[in-house]
Amino acid sequence: MSDTLVARDVVQRVLTESMGRGADFAEVFVEDRASSSATLDQRRIQELNSSRSRGAGIRVVIGETTGFAHTADLTEEGLLSAARAAAAVAREGRGGVRHAALEPLRDHRSRAEVTPGSVAKSKKIELMTRADEMARASGDAITQVQVALADSTRRFVVANSEGVYAGDDQVRTRFAVSCVANGDGGMQTGYRPLAATRGFEILSPDAIDEAARGAAQQALTKLSARPAPSGDLPVVLAGGSGGILFHEACGHGLEADAVLKQASVYAGKVGQRVASPLVTLVDDGTMFGEWGYFAVDDEGHRAARNVLIENGVLTDYMWDYLRARREGRVSSGNGRRQSYAHLPMVRMTNTYLMAGDESAEEIVAQTPRGVYVAQLGGGQVNTATGDFVFGATAAFLIENGRITTPLRDCNLIGNGPEILNRVDAVATDFSTTPGTCGKDGQQVAVGCGQATMRLSGITIGGTAA
Amino acid sequence: MSDLLDTAQRLLERVGASEEMEVFVSRGVETEVQAYDGEIENLSNSASAEIGVRILVDGPQGARVGSAYAGSLDEAAIAEAIASARDNAHFATEDEFVAFARPDGVDPVALSLSDPGVSTTPMERKVALALELEAMVRRGDPRIRQVDAANYSDYVSHAAIVSTTGISSSLERSGAFVSVEAIAADEHGDQTGWGLSVGRSPEQLSLELAAGDAIRRATRMLGAVKPASFKGVAVFDPRTAATLWSIMGSALSGDAVVRGRSFFAGRLGEMVASPQVTLIDDPTDARHFAASPFDAEGLASRRNELITQGRLRQFVYDTVSGRRAGVASTGSAVRAGVSGSPSAGCRALQLVPGDQDQDAIFRLVGDGVFVESLTGVHSGVNPISGDFSVGITGLMIRDGVLAEPVREVTIASTLQRMLLDVLMVGNDVQWLPGTAAAQTLAIDGVALSGR
Repeated sequence: MSDTLVARDVVQRVLTESMGRGADFAEVFVEDRASSSATLDQRRIQELNSSRSRGAGIRVVIGETTGFAHTADLTEEGLLSAARAAAAVAREGRGGVRHAALEPLRDHRSRAEVTPGSVAKSKKIELMTRADEMARASGDAITQVQVALADSTRRFVVANSEGVYAGDDQVRTRFAVSCVANGDGGMQTGYRPLAATRGFEILSPDAIDEAARGAAQQALTKLSARPAPSGDLPVVLAGGSGGILFHEACGHGLEADAVLKQASVYAGKVGQRVASPLVTLVDDGTMFGEWGYFAVDDEGHRAARNVLIENGVLTDYMWDYLRARREGRVSSGNGRRQSYAHLPMVRMTNTYLMAGDESAEEIVAQTPRGVYVAQLGGGQVNTATGDFVFGATAAFLIENGRITTPLRDCNLIGNGPEILNRVDAVATDFSTTPGTCGKDGQQVAVGCGQATMRLSGITIGGTAA
Repeated sequence: MSDLLDTAQRLLERVGASEEMEVFVSRGVETEVQAYDGEIENLSNSASAEIGVRILVDGPQGARVGSAYAGSLDEAAIAEAIASARDNAHFATEDEFVAFARPDGVDPVALSLSDPGVSTTPMERKVALALELEAMVRRGDPRIRQVDAANYSDYVSHAAIVSTTGISSSLERSGAFVSVEAIAADEHGDQTGWGLSVGRSPEQLSLELAAGDAIRRATRMLGAVKPASFKGVAVFDPRTAATLWSIMGSALSGDAVVRGRSFFAGRLGEMVASPQVTLIDDPTDARHFAASPFDAEGLASRRNELITQGRLRQFVYDTVSGRRAGVASTGSAVRAGVSGSPSAGCRALQLVPGDQDQDAIFRLVGDGVFVESLTGVHSGVNPISGDFSVGITGLMIRDGVLAEPVREVTIASTLQRMLLDVLMVGNDVQWLPGTAAAQTLAIDGVALSGR
């Protein structure tokens, strides 16, 4: 891949063409992504796949309207043609012709130590086979093991009519183990992901063994699971994946696009108390190596650490460039897109609850009856009403302050503003977890994090009385 | 269309000695319009071209396949994809069941899936549809406070699959969609409702249908409460029922079955559902939005009856899962886009309709909950264990009619249990986008978790 993907003077001419019919803003985003994936299933390495996508997305803003076109043709003619298509939405030109003067390229290099391209395919197979063997060795009841390995190297350069000219090089590596255990009561599943915005250095033998054993153990434990209870109970969320709670309960509602459309329960609440004083929530794209980490966002703005809620008080929303511009402020570094073929929008990066000062064991011990959720598996929210769900893929009953019977998978449901006020204990054992966030049909990598914490009550979607 | 087939056929000439090769190429044009507050917020219009290449090499223990994808049909991209697929093939485990599809003598049905309207309708008209839709919702009811998004989108795509094992299939299709999300408000707060209309061209769309659905769903949720927990009947509207059948369909994949990942494994011939349930996967039915003459390996689509009056009759197979199970492909290969490998999946599910309409079902059920939306399907439904727990919104059914709206509740059961507990299948089939068409569906024994 060349350093800039497209020569600086070509970028400059494409921006000029985009602005030519009188636009308020134009942007060229050029991307080259190489990715590969492999799966091991039923002890066999399945089809390996390699993918390559190169292209450019051009957007032109006139008044309130954004025109967008993308192309896989990175020649000057291909880019100019896309620029004209994007600008064609100009129903009538308003501004004059402006020439973009680009600042020097602010480029960023990946800090991956072992880049995917440098790893032999045979080595990848070794890693997967190791996980398969380790998971199967965890118990005879493990009947199926699937190991998935995927990596991507994403190079992009983005330039706009305000002179922004920046590039980033994002290497992501993901390894996941899924197990099926068979018992008298049917099949149960276990799952462990291992993912980072780093290279293959994350796939140490120890890390792989732990993921494989963890996935197998989770499936085995669930063989004796009972149906989850229904109704309201206190819930203790283990550190790490519990962060999904905040991603759903308020993260999406704090994205400026929902807020500006008055489609969020958090609109107009900056400066107000929206959560328990134990809640300090941060979205931080600068956390090196985390799944939602990057140097610059997909609009060329530096990643940032943004405090959203401080000691229960709403301090700010997350912003992309266009929404920020409309409000006369700067982007918070949250403008992201799935690929060059998509428009950027406001997205989370790594969203986490700051650790507290209690001990995780004490929090459980001080819960007479409730549910302990060891792993969450995703969720969904309606930002306008604040109602959200999140799924427990490993959960246990808490009886007399002790973690006891394993429970079958279920969703938990609550209302964001109410649930944020029910956080009544936060421990010190902070950790993070990777996830994929979907919004309006676009998928991006995000991180979540928190320390073990308790909700004084939330509705458990089980079947037991 | 034949141009694309020719392009693909010519690429097969690059097959190496003792290799088989499959090429999947696709070209498309897409338009997307989003209206907000009387203005066009985003308008995008783009063309794309993609190629997926798979190369198979035979060995003493069986075949190995490698694959590659490129988001362009430039010579350099194609050459890189072929080279990568060839290299990748060396690293798979040799497998006696791995093979490419071969023509099986089944003729494809003739289906007209492409309408010139998508290409001939001027952009101003498409823009006007999005603006009109938004305006229609805003003025449709005084309680509508906001329209979060009003969208128009369409596409035309051509795809061709060819292989050195004799496959040569191509397909052209078009689609047009409008969707809108409305926010209604009263003194208790906000509620949302979503409506859509689909067709093969813009002329087939009904803005009234999409707007009316969004308004009705949002306004009748106003004042929604969290009800007390109970166990009883859940009546699913066609949209939520379609989601349920898609999930059931994933467990009927022969691929899931041969890999020991389906709760249906080993149950052929058994009563797995209530006698009300006759479930058919039929991509040859032109009424189904997912209809298609070919599957994702280029074999002719066919009608497969999966469950007959409650009895499990068969699974769906692609070439490889069929070979593992010792049966022929049922023309049921699916792929996640051009880059994905084929797998077996249900493609166009439908149920034999029952006799009752929705109101009659409410009357017959008497008391229960009417489900209008599902959340957390990806986090709370496990098609391997069968555990089912999702968030819902909807209305209570009391004395045979709809009563107060409910929110912040879950319903739970297991997929196995739910099939056996089907009480009634409605006669109100909706041909929705996605892999399942559906009608109103009543299921007993569902636990609702609320207050």
